[in-house]
This record gives sequence, C-alpha cells and structure tokens, in this order.
Amino acid sequence: MVRLAENKHYSENKLTQSLPLPLKVYLPLIQHLGKICNPEVKVGDTVSLGQKIASITAHVYAPIHASISGKVVAIQDWPHPVLGRAKAVVIEGDGQDNVAEFHLLDQQEIDKLTAQDLRKIVLDAGIVGMGGASFPTHIKLNPIKPLDTLIINGAECEPYLTADARLMVEKTPQISAAVALIARCLGVKDIYIAIEKNKPEAIKAFSGAPGIKVKVLPSDYPQGAEKQLIQNILGKEVPRGKLPFDIGVLVQNVATVYAIYEAVYKGKPLIERIVTVTGSCLQNPKNLLVRIGTPIKNLIEFCGPLKEPPAKIIIGGPMMGIAQYTDEVPIIKSSSGLLLMNKNEAKVGDEDPCIRCAACVRGCPVGLLPCQINLASERLLWNLTREYGAGDCIECGICNYVCPSNRRLLQTIKRAKLEVIK
Amino acid sequence: MINNLIVSSSPHIHKQASISRIMWTVVISLIPAGIAGVIIFGLDALWVTLVAVVAAVLTELIFGIWAKKKITVLDGSAVITGILLAFNLPSGVPLWLPIVGAVFSIAIGKQVFGGLGQNIFNPALVGRVFLMASWPKYMTTFTQPLRAGAGYDAITSATPLAMLKEGKLLEHISYLDLFLGKHGGCIGEVCILALLIGAALLLIKGYISWHIPVTYIFTTAVLAYIFGAAQLFHGDWLFHILSGGLILGAFFMATDYVATPLTAKGQLIFGIGCGLLTAVIRIWGGYPEGVSYAILMMNAATPFIDRYTKCRIYGSK
Repeated sequence: MVRLAENKHYSENKLTQSLPLPLKVYLPLIQHLGKICNPEVKVGDTVSLGQKIASITAHVYAPIHASISGKVVAIQDWPHPVLGRAKAVVIEGDGQDNVAEFHLLDQQEIDKLTAQDLRKIVLDAGIVGMGGASFPTHIKLNPIKPLDTLIINGAECEPYLTADARLMVEKTPQISAAVALIARCLGVKDIYIAIEKNKPEAIKAFSGAPGIKVKVLPSDYPQGAEKQLIQNILGKEVPRGKLPFDIGVLVQNVATVYAIYEAVYKGKPLIERIVTVTGSCLQNPKNLLVRIGTPIKNLIEFCGPLKEPPAKIIIGGPMMGIAQYTDEVPIIKSSSGLLLMNKNEAKVGDEDPCIRCAACVRGCPVGLLPCQINLASERLLWNLTREYGAGDCIECGICNYVCPSNRRLLQTIKRAKLEVIK
Repeated sequence: MINNLIVSSSPHIHKQASISRIMWTVVISLIPAGIAGVIIFGLDALWVTLVAVVAAVLTELIFGIWAKKKITVLDGSAVITGILLAFNLPSGVPLWLPIVGAVFSIAIGKQVFGGLGQNIFNPALVGRVFLMASWPKYMTTFTQPLRAGAGYDAITSATPLAMLKEGKLLEHISYLDLFLGKHGGCIGEVCILALLIGAALLLIKGYISWHIPVTYIFTTAVLAYIFGAAQLFHGDWLFHILSGGLILGAFFMATDYVATPLTAKGQLIFGIGCGLLTAVIRIWGGYPEGVSYAILMMNAATPFIDRYTKCRIYGSK
C-alpha cells in the first residue's frame, strides 16, 4: 500500500450536476466483461429512453439501453474507451426524453422480491460493476455458495476521483435501501460499507444507517481493490484462483448499488452515471451525471474553458485508468472519471536499468516481485513469469508508480499476465 | 477536437524518485565519514578519495562511450564506487593505487557484467580485494592517526584488529577512541560516529532498511562474544563492532541494492550470512578483518537466496 497525493480537492465539494442532453450518443455494443451484444434496432428506428437496443443469448453479458430518445442514425465502428474501437449504436436525440413504458414496483412488491427476481431486474437493467471492472452484476448476485458478508465498496482509493464520494453523500437513503434489499434477497448477515478516511462527509452520512457497519479505512492505495478490501475488513484472504463468494463474501461498488436502486425502485435501466471530470487543465472541475454514450468532448466543454490544452486524457483514475486517443470516445457504464493532464503532469522520465532497490517488492499489495516479472517479461520468458505469479497481479500500478528507474513494470506484467492466463 | 494526445499504459502518475536522487543522497551520507577521515589522517585521505572518484567516473564515462550507451556518469553511482573504494584504503598509499583500484572496480566489477544494475558483486569491494591481493604491503600499512605537528605519515601503526590477531595488548585503546576513530585503519571506516550519522540519513530517507545492517552487526557481535576469547562467552563484542570495517560495510556496502536480496526475508539471511563469515574470518581466519570477503561471498549467494525467499503471494498458503 502507498499513500498517494489525493488531488480530490478539485471536485470533492462540487454537488453532482446533470450534463445537458447530448445531441448524439454512441453506445458501444460491449460495455461489460463477456460477450458482445447484437443490436436489436436498425438504422432509422425510433427509440425511446431506456429501451433495450442490444442484447445476446449468453451467460456473461449485460444488455445495452438507449440513453436518450431519438432515432438510430448509424451502427458503426467507433472509438471505445477500453477496447480502442468497437461497434456502437449511434442515436440522434430528439431532446424529448420520451421514456419507454415500464411497470413500476410498489414497496409491497419490492418487499416480496426473491433473489431470482432481483437478478432478473438487474440483468434486464444492464447493470455491471461500475467501479471499473464492468463485470455483469447479475452473475455476482447468483453465488454458488451461500453468502454471509456483503461489503459495499465506497473506498474510492484512486486519486482525483470523487464520483462515489458524492453519490454516498447525495444518495444515502437510496443506497441504504438497495443494500438492505440485496442483503435480504441473498440472506446476508453482515453488511459493511468501506469508506476511506478522506471522505468524512460520506462516513457521517452512513454512520446512522441501520444494519450497515461503517468501516473507516486509511486513505491508502489500493484500499478499494476487491481482494485487499476483504483482507482489510474481514482479516481473511480470498484463496488464489478463487473468487470472493468462495469465502462467502460479496463486494459491490456504491455506484453499482445505486444503479440497482434505480432499477428496482424507478424501473430505470443503467442509462446514466456520475463521472468526475477533473484535472488542472480545467477551469471548472465537476461531478457530472452523464448519459451513457456521451462523447467526452461534451463533458470537457461543460467543465471548461480549458486553462491549457490537455496532453493526456484518462478515463478512470490516474493509477488504473486508460489513456484515450480521441475526445470522440464515449462515456460507458464503467467510466468513473475523466482526468485531463497537462504536458508537465503527463511527462514520464526515461527508462533506466533496474537497480533492484526493491521499492516495487515492498509496495506490491499481492506479494509479487514485480521487478523480476518485468525482466522475465522483457525477455519473453513466459514460464518464468508464471513461476513468479504474474497471473496474480491486480494491475494496481504501485510497482510502476514507485520505481525510481521509471521502468514500465505494469505494462510488461500485463503482457505476461495475458500469456500466463492463455 | 483535441489532438496529439499521449497514449500510454497505466499508471499515469509517478513518484518523485530517480536513481540519481538515491545515489547522490548516498554520496551525501558518506561525506561525514570522509571529513572524519581527513581530520584523522590528514589531507592524504582527501587526495586518495578524490583520485579514486575521478578514476571511477572517467572509467564509467569511457565505457559508456565505448558501449554507445546512454551516458550515466552523472547518476552518482560511479562516484559512490570511487568513494567506497577509497574509504577501504589506508591514507598513505601511493596515488596510483586508488586509480588502479577504481579502474578495476568499474571495469571488471561493474561494466563487464553490463553496467548499472547488472553487477553481481559490490564493485568497490571487487577493486579493494584486487588491490589487497596484488599489493598487500601498501594495503596493510596504516598511518598513525592525529599526530598533530609530527606530520601524519611519519609513523605507521597497525589496526586494532591486527593487533588483536597478533595477540598484542589492546588496553591503551578505549571504546571512545574506537568510536571516534582515533586509531589506525582505512580512511572511511574508522570514525563510527560519522558513519552512523550518514547511515541515519539513509534510514530516514528509506533508501536502506534495517534488515541487513542490524542482522549483520548483531550476528558478528554474538559470535565475537561467544568465540572471541580463549574462554567461551568472554569475547569483547563491542570491540568487534567498533573496530575494522564492520559499520562501514554493514550500512554502506552490504546494503548495495544490486548485489543483495530483494525481500526482507532474504535480506535477513544475507545479513546473518555476512555476520557469520566476518566473525569466522576475524576469529579463526588468516586475516585480521573479514568484512570485504564476507560481503562478496554473500553477494555471490544472492541469486540463490532470492530464489528461496520470495514473498508469500496473496491468497496462497
């Protein structure tokens, strides 16, 4: 674990604001881990807000919904924040926000929901893990073994990002209601909400919530990584190669929990999310409620004017986020932040030889020897990288962050991971 | 439309750290011991050190040009090698000796293995051992310290450890003299006080950890206490800590990143091994001092130690 410069001051006290409706949204057919969806609309179709526009018959997937009402104008390749390019449905808005018809559940019906019902609602709403992993949530709600612990992840350990913090403060009752619902449906006994010390407002907001234990964590990175969170809260580890539910634990990000609330109580599929738009280049950093599929240039313009041209644009946080090559790329379900870095901040020093200082070894939260995996990976010795446990890397980036030689540790370890998992 | 965006793999922020920052801090941490050396042995100590540093830096530069590699002379690592070599020499040596030693350290100890980060032995110690094997007389002739007025190089003296080895009486050397460095020895090893000031800087900065120095010194002291005298458990352990190159070696040479283990567990083993070998050489070996050889031997064992002291991976047994 390391202490990072938080840089949350840009946006931590800014109330969430709605971004004006975009003229066009670009909805990639894959915004989740799993199979890419097939479009269920064709060019020229009129779509209403929240209408399902893409799906597939598969186990691991999440359907995609129209995030504005209007007309499908194209189904084409388009920049994708994670995959580089992917097929996307382009909708031109009519500015009306005509909502698709749906059945709204009343409290009595909600109280009678079973685990099976909840899973169906979550799947139909296209909800995925919104902390960044984008794993379809309905699968996580379908554990093979009974669960005893639910951890709501509000750690938000990435520097700059404040979207989850704002959500916890502004939507406390909604999150609490959804937490209670999930816990009831899955028969969970212990419920924790994990919040880093640097979010006193959020800690205060939840300290009275019935049935939820607030776990205040030190503001260290990567506190919010699923397995580290489990270790820090419960004092137990997820065995290698296993998943949290193997030890009876379910971890859900706060934004995901809020999406579940909206799906159950408002009948609303996942069509918008909070995005922190931040960085020293911006005149007005903000937390924005953004329709999925909105190009990031709209967000930048809304938070402008630019103080200086950005040299690097990152979707996500500075430690694990992905650098973008164009501002045409849309916000997708897992995009928690948009960070603009100036030339100076984006500068990375030249790579020097490894001097075996072991800063990476001391920093690795998993217990790997990053410098050794790096050297093996550079020599394409994949078996050796496997021996060193490259497959266990959680890609937090600490090794790379602390390296005095600016070695591209994470990049080479990610490469090794692909080979090891293959 | 925003153009010319930089695209690179995460993470996108980096700690303010660099090799040169670490290396120059180590250089600074060695300055107190250097000043003490000059006070104790006179200006000769300064010339030997400067000559060694210049020779080390020039050798590094020539190899850099020859190998068409990025010129890294300014990163400070060659400066450290020069200083550490000089600190392991008596002040009265002819000035060609540190030159030969520094060239050997950098050329054979470091560059032939591939330069910075590749050496399997501590380069300064490689140079020192080479000089020791080639010109033992120069290497074991020590200047009498602090002979104000009489001229520093007038009288030679033996080191306390050599006197111990030869069975000479040591009553006239107090622990305080040993601590302050008022005795014969190598330039940078005699003043324990100055060395500890430098070591404290490195520990506070986090550039070295306690694991190697503490286990090294502790192991040497325990063995010296048990076996250091004719009767068991009567050895003068404090004398063994304060004399010779133990403190210099434990804090500044056994902690050389490149040739020491990566993990805390490995470093503990490394320190114990160094202590064991040092004590064995001092007590039963042919030389009065064993720090250089102990560290070099443990350097050789480092890859082996690394292999068996990996960290436990999260979620494994």
